[in-house]
Amino acid sequence: MPPIISRGFRRRRGDDAGGDRVPPGQYVTTDFPVLSAGPTPHTALDRWDFAIVGEVDRSRRWTWEQFRALPSEEVTVDLHCVIKWSKLDTVWRGVSIDTLLEGVETSAEYVVQFSDGGYTTNLPLEDVMGGKAWVAFAYDGAPLEPEHGGPARMLVPHLYFWKSAKWVRGLRLLATDEPGFWEMYGYHNYGDPWREQRYWGD
Amino acid sequence: MAGTAVLGRLTWQVATVVDVVAETPRVKTIAFDVPGWRGHRAGQHVDVRLTAEDGYQAQRSYSIASAPDRSRVELTVVRIDDGEVSPYLADELQPGDQIELRGPVGGYFVWEPSQGGPLLLVAGGSGVAPLMAMIRVRVAAGSSTETRLLSSSRSWDDIIYRDELERLNGDGLTVVHTLTVSQPLGWTGYVRRVDVAMLAEVGPNPAERPRVYVCGPTPFVEAVAEALVQLGHDPRGIKTERFGPTGG
Amino acid sequence: MDASMLDGNAVAGLLQEVFAVEMTTAIGTCSSCGAAGAVGAMHLYRGAGIVLRCPHCDNTLVKIVRADTRLWIGFPGLRTLEIAV
Repeated sequence: MPPIISRGFRRRRGDDAGGDRVPPGQYVTTDFPVLSAGPTPHTALDRWDFAIVGEVDRSRRWTWEQFRALPSEEVTVDLHCVIKWSKLDTVWRGVSIDTLLEGVETSAEYVVQFSDGGYTTNLPLEDVMGGKAWVAFAYDGAPLEPEHGGPARMLVPHLYFWKSAKWVRGLRLLATDEPGFWEMYGYHNYGDPWREQRYWGD
Repeated sequence: MAGTAVLGRLTWQVATVVDVVAETPRVKTIAFDVPGWRGHRAGQHVDVRLTAEDGYQAQRSYSIASAPDRSRVELTVVRIDDGEVSPYLADELQPGDQIELRGPVGGYFVWEPSQGGPLLLVAGGSGVAPLMAMIRVRVAAGSSTETRLLSSSRSWDDIIYRDELERLNGDGLTVVHTLTVSQPLGWTGYVRRVDVAMLAEVGPNPAERPRVYVCGPTPFVEAVAEALVQLGHDPRGIKTERFGPTGG
Repeated sequence: MDASMLDGNAVAGLLQEVFAVEMTTAIGTCSSCGAAGAVGAMHLYRGAGIVLRCPHCDNTLVKIVRADTRLWIGFPGLRTLEIAV
């Protein structure tokens, strides 16, 4: 039985079915929905660190002070969440993964982002290189709030937003791919919004 | 719980609006006729689905506020100003309009008169809806279970089901309000958020091993559940239904 | 705690759609801390998908991903699920 149409119901004003800038199946929102797989961590900055580990010549580690002393850049990007909202022209400040990987010797082809609270997400290493990814610590000109992933989160805007881990604490470089928190349970292993790769088999 | 029946695969059912009643300036109760409705238990909810002409769909859950009554199902909806579904339900729906709903579901947050008490119901704002179903079912069953409702609202005008609760007060049911933002002239009741001292005064004593149901916005439920445990209530006797950040 | 956290009861409809039986009263045992409790009392988080966590130790008990015509449900942290039949 086809669904009953409810007279006069429409999607909320201000949310548009997007144009060219928006991948298939998405709608544009001006909100910034808060989604989370678990409770918000609250790691004190004096205990926070960011690490690069795994298939590398040697591990790298930055304390918060060291991390914030690295060159950072402001970027304006569009976000595409797999549950179908897109948010355009979001402004972030972060450290490019290229900066963090400078001097790191590796033959790894894959990377897993890992976070406080246990969340992980995997992608090919080349997808975080070449100016495509950042560890972001500020959103819209202010320090990143905990509910949006603060003190720091990954920003990988060319993939669905679950591929940008909130509360990120590091990258583990790997020779073989290792599906992460959602990739093991139905979400697509790569997640390209322009090919609408939301789920397994898409 | 005994008698957890195999209920069968859920399907979406058509519900037709038969009545819309304003409870408070922001809250409406909408009565639906659902052909083939097989009844429900107090505390259960339904999933509501709305489909727009372009095929866009939205889904939300609402507690059933009414006691079982043939094919009639009542939902109490708070209008959230920039919401997508609640302004439609609260402001647009007219008798004759149709939505889809699925249920009743949720056998966990349920009270039946046969379970007895004493009963402590703690409501934050629109969280009173499923608890009102429990109170109405208690009345319909002629139950004498000792029941206390502690209801937190912003003001006198924001009390949902105010008149009915006033009428039902007595006969083993005690209704206590706290008004947290503004109070009418001459108000001698509570004026603060629900806390340990208030719960101790309203009772019952933890030694009576009451069945406790707490419903409302998540922060409210968190604070109340914690306070109850601090008072000595058995956590296993406390059931919670969190409505999310806004409680709508 | 998180203001947007819900109880497992909130996915009663989704679970009954899948399993065709009442699931919120099913008792799950956490494989991490061993605590047993009703599905309706698990802590529910909405991320890209739905996560049910142990109310005692926050262990991820159940993950649900819903596509249009498919649904994945996994039980990474549940040792057992006791269901009335």
